[in-house]
Amino acid sequence: MKPIEIVEKVKEKFPKEVLWFRCFREECDITVNKEKIKEILSYLKSSPALEFDYLIDLTAVDYLGFREPRFDVIYILMSIKHRHRIRINAQVPEQGCCIQTVSDLWATAQWFEREVFDMFGIVFNGHPDLRRILLPEDWIGFPLRKDYPVGSELGDKEWETFKELKNMAKGWKEDES
Amino acid sequence: MNPENTRELLINMGPHHPATHGVLRLVLEVEGEVIRKCIPHIGYLHRGVEKLAEDLTYVQALPITDRLDYLSSMVNNVGFCLAVEKLLGIDVPERAKFIRTMMAEMARICSHLVWIATHALDIGAMTVFLYAMRDREKLLELFEMVTGARLTVSYPRIGGVRCDVNEQFLEELYKFVDEFPKKVEEYETLIDQNRIWLKRTKGVGVISAEEAINWGLTGPTLRGSGVYYDVRKFFPYDAYDKVEFDVPLGKNGDVYDRYKCRMLEFRQSAKIIKQCIEKLPDGAILSENSPRIRMPASPLKIDKKDIQFEIFIEDKTIEEFIKKFTDVYASVESPRGELGYYIVCDDSAKPYRMRVRAPSFVHVGVLPRLCEGSLIADVIANIGSIDIVLGECDR
Repeated sequence: MKPIEIVEKVKEKFPKEVLWFRCFREECDITVNKEKIKEILSYLKSSPALEFDYLIDLTAVDYLGFREPRFDVIYILMSIKHRHRIRINAQVPEQGCCIQTVSDLWATAQWFEREVFDMFGIVFNGHPDLRRILLPEDWIGFPLRKDYPVGSELGDKEWETFKELKNMAKGWKEDES
Repeated sequence: MNPENTRELLINMGPHHPATHGVLRLVLEVEGEVIRKCIPHIGYLHRGVEKLAEDLTYVQALPITDRLDYLSSMVNNVGFCLAVEKLLGIDVPERAKFIRTMMAEMARICSHLVWIATHALDIGAMTVFLYAMRDREKLLELFEMVTGARLTVSYPRIGGVRCDVNEQFLEELYKFVDEFPKKVEEYETLIDQNRIWLKRTKGVGVISAEEAINWGLTGPTLRGSGVYYDVRKFFPYDAYDKVEFDVPLGKNGDVYDRYKCRMLEFRQSAKIIKQCIEKLPDGAILSENSPRIRMPASPLKIDKKDIQFEIFIEDKTIEEFIKKFTDVYASVESPRGELGYYIVCDDSAKPYRMRVRAPSFVHVGVLPRLCEGSLIADVIANIGSIDIVLGECDR
């Protein structure tokens, strides 16, 4: 099915939820409200004409200063039977930074959601095991947000364990001299 | 046995364990020999590639994609280049497409050789390791001949490849792939009929087709369960639609079928390389509108007429927003599975957001499902069979 036809189907089913769609280089993304994201995704998964049985990727983008609400959670879906792809973008505001989990629809979403939580601080309601995944548990801040610096001049916000390590290293140097 | 004498034991496997193929840590809750719970801990190799890429131009971001999956860096580069080419609308010359396909398949053979070497070594077949490393050396030398590097090649460029291949290289490569299927048979004579090998792989780590799709597995790990999905066939890129090859499928979805799939892929890769050499057209290797090393600061030349959109809410600022940000997703079939790059562009020379969909990350996620209820010894077989590289998993 052509991406534009998929958009029309979703629009027909959820007229109030779809905010806009955009097509670029034969790829389409649909931007929707976050409230009914689970209904939309389970419709996409179970509808026989669409049958998006495969969640390729789940990620987020921070549009700080360009748009309100600030975040987009992005679901890239594919159907093995029909060989088509679509992207669903769900808007998530900074205040009340949460969205429903889809880990019961696709088991693979469990780790993707943990990663988004780790990097963006978006909470997935109903997730069975929402912990940091790539960063240490005591890490402060969410690195992929646009207001997080790329350089390491964090000063006091430095990771506690790293501060301890640096102090220990200082001690060793003094011992040597 | 008296139940009072049994107790659950917590075993910490890794991060420094020779069979975890990198720095993967598994916390195993065992009851005797049986695993009740398996919790993977990753992130020991996290370098923040996605964040770093936001601070580099598209051209500068290319070399850091090498460091994701260091066993098949060529495929990583190709994936990134494809995404940026799609974004900028660059047409790659035909010769470059064939060279890329050829190189990507060389990287696939290289990566699978390391896989069979370590996987067999973990299970206890030492000899295969030496044989596979011997043949990999030959391929690495061929890589060095063209690119000057053995592992982190950074060979493809946005819009083509860096330098042309010469006759001597093509001759030597042809000779290699001509002999290669025989060498694969050699590995198979060592393990394929081996009773210990069969006992340790058949019926171990079984995952059904539906479950494999639900867990988002890709590549040979998915095809071992009998699901026909290959990015090269579904969404052809480079020259894959101009060469003939089959996609080997398994049936039972156990460690043995995944092993078998990869063994058959060896032969298909050799077949693809052969066709590429035979069909290699003449012509340019780099597109004319490929970006220079010093990229123009901004704005990038993206044809905004290509963007089709419709807005259903009343908000004037949204149109501006849609016209500013363009995003693309491009994926390649890496030796491990679907490697995808999702790039959001804000018209500057640096990506606004670069997301890497790493197959290893997904595959480590399925480990608890494969291991729970099985024996400790099978963990090793399972890790080997999903073929992970932690550099890519942690990014």
